Amino acid sequence: MADAPRTIFQKIWDAHVVATLAGGNALLYIDRHLLNEVTSPQAFEGLRLAGRRVHRPGGTIAVADHNVPTENRHLPIADADSRIQVETLERNVAEFGIPYVPLRGRAQGIVHVIGPDLGLTLPGLTIVCGDSHTSTHGAFGALAFGIGTSEVEHVLATQTLIQKQARNMLVRVNGRLPAGITAKDLILAIIGRIGTAGATGYVIEYAGEGIEALDMAGRMTVCNMSIEAGARAGLIAPDDTTFAYLQGRPLVPAGEAFETAKASWRALRSDPGASYDKVIDIDATGIAPMVTWGTNPEAVVTIADRVPDPEAMPDSAAAGQARQMLKYMALEPGTPLAGLPIDVVFIGSCTNSRIEDLRAAAATIGDGHVASGVRALVVPGSGAIKAQAEAEGLDLIFKAAGFEWRDAGCSMCLGMNPDRLKPGERCASTSNRNFESRQGPGGRTHLMSPAMAAAAAVAGHIVDVRRFG
Amino acid sequence: MAGFTSITAPAAPLPLANVDTDKILAGEHLKTISRSGLGAKLFSGLRYDEQGAERPDFILNRDPWRRAGILIALDNFGSGSSREHAPWALRDFGITCVIAPSFADIFHNNCFKNFILPIVLDRALVDQLLDDAADPSRCRMRVDLPTQTIARANGEIVDFEIDAQQKDALLNGIDEIGGSLAFLPQIERWERASQLIAPDIPLDVPSS
Ligand code: SF4
Repeated sequence: MADAPRTIFQKIWDAHVVATLAGGNALLYIDRHLLNEVTSPQAFEGLRLAGRRVHRPGGTIAVADHNVPTENRHLPIADADSRIQVETLERNVAEFGIPYVPLRGRAQGIVHVIGPDLGLTLPGLTIVCGDSHTSTHGAFGALAFGIGTSEVEHVLATQTLIQKQARNMLVRVNGRLPAGITAKDLILAIIGRIGTAGATGYVIEYAGEGIEALDMAGRMTVCNMSIEAGARAGLIAPDDTTFAYLQGRPLVPAGEAFETAKASWRALRSDPGASYDKVIDIDATGIAPMVTWGTNPEAVVTIADRVPDPEAMPDSAAAGQARQMLKYMALEPGTPLAGLPIDVVFIGSCTNSRIEDLRAAAATIGDGHVASGVRALVVPGSGAIKAQAEAEGLDLIFKAAGFEWRDAGCSMCLGMNPDRLKPGERCASTSNRNFESRQGPGGRTHLMSPAMAAAAAVAGHIVDVRRFG
Repeated sequence: MAGFTSITAPAAPLPLANVDTDKILAGEHLKTISRSGLGAKLFSGLRYDEQGAERPDFILNRDPWRRAGILIALDNFGSGSSREHAPWALRDFGITCVIAPSFADIFHNNCFKNFILPIVLDRALVDQLLDDAADPSRCRMRVDLPTQTIARANGEIVDFEIDAQQKDALLNGIDEIGGSLAFLPQIERWERASQLIAPDIPLDVPSS
């Protein structure tokens, strides 16, 4: 049995089963638990009501990201509800002795960005957070998934979760992405292919030449959006790219311990002959820049395409939904995506706010300027990334071009802070969800890569970055 | 909240696929530190106009569906965020049972934590129930968990499947945390054996 070939998912799972429970459930040990201000207050309240303590405070780390203002950080948070949520988090972590990344410190940022930043995210770990994009951390070969607040409370009290093992899907990315095509285009193409429920009930392992060739930022972008295909988690086996990224980060073991860890991390890959419940092959060489046209991420086409025609859709339910999406998005069937005027550009979110993303956006801008009438925001994923970008002079490029250069947070990804679309505004966004009103009530979101969003800012309309500049 | 046994109530039809968690409870309503009071915000984008007035054509703004206890929708209900605020809002409104051909994973899981019964049925059956639900004279149905049945207004009985474990947890309102705490000795043994893999995060978090 021990010799049967296993997938990386199976290996991490097996290594974390504390007890086998009835009904095919397992009590799974959680190595790292990340907390934010939005999904944790009711969990702490639950603990208090039951008179329970936090089992292992050092297994959890907290940061405020969803609600926080991205400008005038030195001032108190103006929105009372947001301020109360952040203050509640601060009070809770102080009361229960949980490590906290202060709002006004350099390490603060989007929880899924700072985990890897700090070296909290390591291969082979189980990582959870009350946030669906926890799947991001799977890029390091960790089993990482989002949980609800009841489960946040469960992890706080026990450092475990009751879980049923998901099925395992392999997405094999054959060949390499063409020049100028990014991980964002790849994952949007994958979601376009399998659909927003295509991986429901599965943990996806991404493998193949196209994945191996990606840097860690790209791998995080891919794993981040696994949830947009319905998956519980995304996973990529760690390799030299992973180890090079990890070495030297504050919470990664150093020296001898790093070498020992590295040796064990190398075993974290799927064995030859390991079987999957489903396998999907993707040809990376044929992928073009992708842009969404509708209100879920599977409503996506290449930049060379036109807005689809619901009348031409064979399935009547799909056609009905497409009609609704087009109405919301104020788009006519047959309109080319290229040339569509935009009002706002948002470069940020846990999908695309890393230094590599900012470099790609800045390189696209060059000495260009944001088109008149367009509002453009760059929101780095963490304070550390912001500082790095400033050290490289990227901020100067953005500011000279007319972009607003903000402090770290979720910002216009979900508009819980003041960064919001106005009703009817059309946005080129590097975030992960184009749901109705996601970026602000009545806002219209087109998801794309950072380079494509930067090009749109300068052009004033959606444009093929390969023909730009 | 103490489990789920049965419900007899009007069922509201929401014949949409991919109803995401932002639609169920928009991000702007997540700024709460309590579980209650979200019912008024449920489906706010569909329920209210820009001025905050009720849209008279939205199903939950009409009688008898204002008192709906059951919701019927199409595929992939609850996709998107892990926010448990979505099931909290449903429960606060009074909906404790959702019927759909499929659900998103985390949402499905979150339902059980809040003693909301998510029922997966074949699309053809869902369509029949949607049809019932759309008619004020037929929209009342009874969902009974012990017998795993839905009784339609015409007297017909529809059976549904549910995981035995989850059924038990719903019926008995099981305290999962208490159950897991019984394993504390095993958890601590596991922790001692694996200390090196993920040591405690220092209270004073360093910056990179
Ligand atoms: S950036 Fe967006 S998707 Fe990521 S954690 Fe924040 S709100 Fe969620």
